[in-house]
Parts: sequence; C-alpha cells; structure tokens
Amino acid sequence: MDVILFLVFAIIAVLCAINVVVQTHPISSAISLVGVMGSLAVLYLLLGAEFLAAAQVIVYAGAIMVLFVFVIMLLNAGSESKKGRSLMAQLLGVPLLVAFLALMAYFVERLFPSTTMVHFGGFTGGGVKEIGRALFTTYLLPFEVTSVLILIAILGAIVLARKEMD
Amino acid sequence: MLTQVPISWFLTLSAVLFALGVAGFLFRRSIITVFMSIELMLNAVNLSFITFSYHRQSIDGHLFAFFVMVVAAAEAAVGLAIILTIFKNRATLSIDDVDSMKN
Repeated sequence: MDVILFLVFAIIAVLCAINVVVQTHPISSAISLVGVMGSLAVLYLLLGAEFLAAAQVIVYAGAIMVLFVFVIMLLNAGSESKKGRSLMAQLLGVPLLVAFLALMAYFVERLFPSTTMVHFGGFTGGGVKEIGRALFTTYLLPFEVTSVLILIAILGAIVLARKEMD
Repeated sequence: MLTQVPISWFLTLSAVLFALGVAGFLFRRSIITVFMSIELMLNAVNLSFITFSYHRQSIDGHLFAFFVMVVAAAEAAVGLAIILTIFKNRATLSIDDVDSMKN
C-alpha cells in the first residue's frame, strides 16, 4: 500500500517537474509546479511530517504560487523565444543529466542500503505540538531571526515595487 | 512484493527533482521560469531533509525544512519585486537581454 502510494505520487511529481522544464509558456510551468508541490505534500505525510505537509500546501501551493501566477498575469508573460540555444547544450544536456542521475542513484543505493524502510506511521514526531515545542525552545533564536528576515523582505519588496513619488 | 518503501527511493526522487530544477535553471530563458526552477530545487532539498529526519527519527530535519520554506517565501516576494522592476525598466523577461553586467 505504502509502495503504491509512493510510486503514484513520485511519478506524478517527476512528470510535473519535467513539464515545468519543458513547457514554453510560464503559466503552464506554474500549474505543473503546483502539481509537484501537492504530490510532495503527500510524500511528507508518508514520512510522518504532518505539519510540513499542511505548510507545504498552504505556503508553497497557496501563497508562493499564487504570487507567481499573479506576476505572470500582471506582466502578460508569453511563450519564450527559442533563439540562441547552443547545439552543444541540445546534444549533451539530456545525456549528461541522465549520467548525473545514474551516478547519484548509485551512490545513494550504496550509502543507504535498504536498512531503513519507510512506512506510514513509522515516525510520529512531526505534529504541530512537537514542531512548536522545538521551535520555541531549541530553535528560538533562528525563529526570531526569521521574523526579522521576513520584515526585511517585506520592506525590500515594497521599496523595489513602489512607484517613484516626486 | 515490497510492503514498505526503502529510504533510498525518497533520496533518489529528491535527486531527480533537484536535477530537473538545475536543468530548468540552466536551459530556460524566461526569468519567471528560472525562478520557478529555483523553487523546484528548494522543494527537492526539503524532501531530503524530511527523509533524513525519518531516518534519524528526530525532528531537526523538519525544522530545517520549515526554515527553508520561510526563506523561500521571503525570496519569492523579493525576487518577484525585482522581476517587476526589470520589466518596468527594460520591457523584457528574457535573461539574455538583461546583460548590463557583461563586459
């Protein structure tokens, strides 16, 4: 059951990710990226990360992607032009990517032989309670720094996107 | 027939998604799509963090993934504002046309 769940959503994630890269129109890429994030949220649930699965859907698929789609609509972004692509990249890109992935899979298989098996309910420490406790005790300083970072990001976005008054 | 998923499958999936993100980052010519490829890479890394968190049966990886998410949100806000400014000043979304730092 867990294997079927993993395979279904892993395949959806990979297909959507390929679609992100292949599509020429940005809005198609954005919708595919939402598919990747949704299927990753299911895999997080499988790994016992309940809070992060919810946060993934709310923050990534909800907030960030809406921002992307909003900007795409605002700028009226069309399909990108195909010009200026080197022959070398077209010929070597995909084989090199496959070679890199094969190497990566080989090392992962060697470093992590199937000693740890993932099954649903194998890790129960990913709920809101545990995350909240860790966030406000061990990780209190990073949490506070993060709030400052978000404040700076908001100010930066406003300064960059405002209209020049005067 | 397997009933449980080996942990290496999750890590391989993460590597596949990261590689696709790198490919999109390098091959695409639209600023917005390049930016979306970065988000794809961040998601792949988050999957790795959470998988290792399961492997070690500890919550630390979840917190890292949480902070990555927060930073990604801040980065998206600033990055999209920069894209808006570039479009306002140059009326283009192609990264080939934004080359004033060249030469």
